[in-house]
Amino acid sequence: MSVISELIPPQPAPPELKRRITPARVAAIGVLALWAFLAVLLLLTVVNGWDQAKFLRYGPRYLNGLGVTLSLVGLSIVLGAILSLPIAFARMAQNRLLNALAYGYVYVFRSTPLLAQLFLIYYGLGSFKPQLETVGLWWFFREAWYCGLLSFVLNTAAYQAEILRGAIESVSRGQHEGAAALGLSKRVAFRKIILPQALIVALRPYGNEIVLMIKGSAVVAIVTVYDLMGETRYAFSRTFDYQTYLWAAVFYLAMVEALRHIWAWIERRLTRHLKR
Amino acid sequence: MSGFLAALFSALDPFCGPVGLFSLFDGDTLLACGAAGWGDEIAFGVKVTISLALATLPVGLAIGFLIALAAQSQDKLLRLAAGIYTTIFRGLPELLTLFIVYYGVQILIQSVLATFGVEERVEINAFFAGMVALAVVFSSYSSEVLLSAFRAIPRGQYEAGDALGLRRGHTMRLVVVPQLIRIALPGLTNLWLILLKDTSYVSVIGLADIVRQTGIAARVSKEAFFFYFVACLLYLVLAMLSSFGLGFVERWAKRSEARR
Repeated sequence: MSVISELIPPQPAPPELKRRITPARVAAIGVLALWAFLAVLLLLTVVNGWDQAKFLRYGPRYLNGLGVTLSLVGLSIVLGAILSLPIAFARMAQNRLLNALAYGYVYVFRSTPLLAQLFLIYYGLGSFKPQLETVGLWWFFREAWYCGLLSFVLNTAAYQAEILRGAIESVSRGQHEGAAALGLSKRVAFRKIILPQALIVALRPYGNEIVLMIKGSAVVAIVTVYDLMGETRYAFSRTFDYQTYLWAAVFYLAMVEALRHIWAWIERRLTRHLKR
Repeated sequence: MSGFLAALFSALDPFCGPVGLFSLFDGDTLLACGAAGWGDEIAFGVKVTISLALATLPVGLAIGFLIALAAQSQDKLLRLAAGIYTTIFRGLPELLTLFIVYYGVQILIQSVLATFGVEERVEINAFFAGMVALAVVFSSYSSEVLLSAFRAIPRGQYEAGDALGLRRGHTMRLVVVPQLIRIALPGLTNLWLILLKDTSYVSVIGLADIVRQTGIAARVSKEAFFFYFVACLLYLVLAMLSSFGLGFVERWAKRSEARR
């Protein structure tokens, strides 16, 4: 009978095989090279096509257009938020008729393109000039800017109503019951307990909605509003210089990315108490 | 045979056929088919819109799937490359993407031709440009949906695939993708509805879709409100039809789930 007298000394784990070149790495380098190539191409287009006169001529117009875009988006978000309140409450109401009306509004505005809505308001309502003049509303529907604002407000109100409704309904029943058990009135319970929790849930969708609105606001350029996109189209039609679109892309990307980062910061700040 | 098929299609044409929608209108109303009304032109626009959306969908889904795979890979560089793609195309307005693709591809082809000594003005097909631009936008959004669906599939599924001796590709095809479809379907349904609406932008570069055709009709007949209202109505009907159809797909995808 043999007895093991000598144990094999413990050995370190075998070194992990390091495959330096995986297919993923190759694909990554390929794609990154493509991005770098495009970036260089972009830079070369800008450097080669640099024209001081054009820059001085269209630069201020771009900034002006940026201002128009920002004010249009800001105003339509705020006004849309106000309009979305009654829609959201009608959507949650017990009343069958109110509910159906609100649902119809939301459904119609969410499933037709913003472009068609804008055309319907600007060109469509614009064709009722005599009637509008008698009512005294022609000054409103004559201006493309106002028509753009109206269609954006109507559109974003439908989206925001759904966001608000979803957020309010996401607050659990227990919160309502707890508030009732404490003897709080419905109104106070809503304002102090339900709404703060709902708004935290709604924060991220609201951010997405603002981003969608910034992107969607480019359509007003088609009805002759000189927003950022409109100025870009103007500059392109004058110079036939492809750079104009690239500059617009830079502006839009900067806006959206800035908003995303600000929103992420706000969200981190407001949800500090929820972190463990 | 082909003559028979053509006859069958024209008989079943939902707009201008014998049982078509616009045939309900009389010969001299605005929506009638034929020379008097705008029914056939608008029907053509509807077909263009639907075919553009249907042509974009598989391309966008395929690119989106690849981007989602890249975004969840172990390789840092690959994640970076995918991140750049989604950041750019989710941040740009669809209209601007369309213009950049439309004019950019033209300029690219022209400059390539110029290096070979051919000086010629090239105009690319608006349908193609629209398809590329919409596919790019659709893919950057669908990659996000597919990525979150990937994250919802537990690691155990991959490990079980390994334990059964399946190769990576087989695990993906037989185990992961069927579950992925089920999880991602609601998000993709949403994206399809958005895509359907985004096709309206191609009217700006001259493709004869619903908005453009109704716009021409509006300008000629001076009945702008009526025709743009019809355009909105058509989009509404398309959205309803597709959510109805996708409801069936969703039920089909959920057939293996336990009933509760």
